[in-house]
Amino acid sequence: MSISHIDTDILIIGGGAAGCFAAVEIYKKSPTCNVVVMEKAHIERSGCLAMGLNAINAYLHAGQTPDSYVAYVERQFEGIIRKDLVYSIVQGLNKAVKDVEDMGLPIEKNEDGTYKMRGKRSIRIFGERLKPILAEAVQKTSALVLNRVVATNFIYDGDRVRGAFGYGVKNSTFYVIRAKAVIVATGGASGIYKPNNTGEARHLIWYCPWNVGTGYAMGIRIGAEMTSFENRFVALRVKDVNAPTGTIAIGARAKQINARTEDYLELYYKHLGGNKCLTQHRVLATIEEKKMGRGPCYLDTTTLNESDERRLKEDFLNMNPQIILLWASKGMNPRHKPVEIQGTEPFIVGGHCQAGYWIDKERRTTIPGLYAAGEVAGGAPKKYVSGSWVEGRIAVTTAMEDIKDVTLKDIDTEVIQGEKARALAPLTKKTGISPQEVRERLQKIMDEYAGGISMNYALHEERLLEARRLLKCLRDRIKDMTAVNNYNLVEALECIDRIDVARVLVEHLIYRKESRWACYQTRLDYPEKDNCRWLTFVNSLYDSTTDEIKMVERPLCS
Amino acid sequence: MSIFIDENICNGCKGLPEARCERICPGDLCYRKENMKATIRDQSACWTCACCVKECPVQAIELRLPFQVCSGGSSLKARLKRDKTIWTIWDAEGHQEEFIIQARYLKGD
Repeated sequence: MSISHIDTDILIIGGGAAGCFAAVEIYKKSPTCNVVVMEKAHIERSGCLAMGLNAINAYLHAGQTPDSYVAYVERQFEGIIRKDLVYSIVQGLNKAVKDVEDMGLPIEKNEDGTYKMRGKRSIRIFGERLKPILAEAVQKTSALVLNRVVATNFIYDGDRVRGAFGYGVKNSTFYVIRAKAVIVATGGASGIYKPNNTGEARHLIWYCPWNVGTGYAMGIRIGAEMTSFENRFVALRVKDVNAPTGTIAIGARAKQINARTEDYLELYYKHLGGNKCLTQHRVLATIEEKKMGRGPCYLDTTTLNESDERRLKEDFLNMNPQIILLWASKGMNPRHKPVEIQGTEPFIVGGHCQAGYWIDKERRTTIPGLYAAGEVAGGAPKKYVSGSWVEGRIAVTTAMEDIKDVTLKDIDTEVIQGEKARALAPLTKKTGISPQEVRERLQKIMDEYAGGISMNYALHEERLLEARRLLKCLRDRIKDMTAVNNYNLVEALECIDRIDVARVLVEHLIYRKESRWACYQTRLDYPEKDNCRWLTFVNSLYDSTTDEIKMVERPLCS
Repeated sequence: MSIFIDENICNGCKGLPEARCERICPGDLCYRKENMKATIRDQSACWTCACCVKECPVQAIELRLPFQVCSGGSSLKARLKRDKTIWTIWDAEGHQEEFIIQARYLKGD
């Protein structure tokens, strides 16, 4: 076991959409600025873009304005968003998309060279190789990319984040990286809840299974303020394979129908807006249909012609190849059989919803020296991939300005040895509990007591209090986790991070005593939306000395 | 099963420090066995993202779905060219369909 010491100006943790874009941006601004990108997988295919992408869902077409986009996001999130953050994202969307097109991303265009509209705020891309394209742009910079290095904790002295620790799983090296600024861009969290599929299909989930909330957890552990974890994300997806329904609904204009072939949104949910309802109400209506005995629900693809169907398959090959296998199996052709849909298990994300670090408009977190961008940054939902690029750009601009007078500081040997011992502890134990057991325990607790899919996402106080108690017990058991190799060690570290995120999540769910976002956050004991009391941000701060999570409220105008 | 690696086709990317599928798998699931053939350590951890399928230079890897969600016997392979991806799909009866999709602009496009 060796220790590698690296010094740099800016450390970017997470080489996904936001992280890669940020690294390229620093090089454009200052080719001499030292940059390290710490990536858990390999930047060519990592994070939620590993499969590819077939659309960019945040784009400002002609006729729309930043104000109209912000108003749309505010409506979708029922009054609670950080308008300042969303506004700053919207202003940069089109330039960021153009920058990535210049890197090599093919985008569908009109004859006049403008991007073809796929939906009101969406464009169709041929993004199967989006991640390799971004990675290639990073490789043209002078950034040092550390692939297969798992971040374990920030280096934090109580005043400022001074870098981060990581573990290289391929070379069994413990990394100590000192930096003048750290940009966290690790993505959101999957695997907190029990997934829809089990056994060999357990990882057929919507969100990247290896985005486990490490960025959140590292921030939580040093007391960074977090926001809106209760605003969970439940996606409406193609049953079993989790392919996006928007590709079919928007791309092929397919309607949601129930088992009686009724257009159920229009027929039974007109009060929610019918076919123009909010995203979360599409999930709600689908669950209600199941409860009423009118499920399963489908997207009606039987009206497609052969060329529409081929185009749809092309779109999915660029993003979710699994659905092609489903359609190629017996009797599943989409022109002959509608596509069954259902909600996923809940995820914690800041890109579709708004769970994440509480940040200022310049993407500073509440901890000096630490900046957040992309899924891990809170308060600005519906930012998607293009918004993550914009946030990467903003965070870089701020960090580069802020570090002008910052110098690297010595790190105590004891601190280094302490973190090394903590992170690698599972490898030193011969008997105990496996990471798989811990993961399954966590997912069972969250599914049954904190509104998982088996509870139709519904929450109430008594169950949440039990979840709080059980999670505390589970956290106490992680000292007994064992790992037989480096792969297994990563699984163990992922469990720790997920539990730390889950504990904060449960506190948020307990605190918001109303029902604001159907399915994402539905309280059986407080079934009404209460705009008099709850038009506020619910935030949290973890205190490691007392192991307590303190809840605070922040006004919408912050 | 999520991916199937055909050992008769896999050449283990001999000469490289690690196989291409090993290098690329976002979940760190692929590795070379002692006989230099690639394998997957845990099918249940596979996201079916097809990154390994695309990366394999000899098309030794197929994407399949776990039997639990699909008993149909379909499979999918990919070949990467500089600017496009060529996909081949086999359905349950063995019928084949091919898709050629643009994947990047080359300089001068």
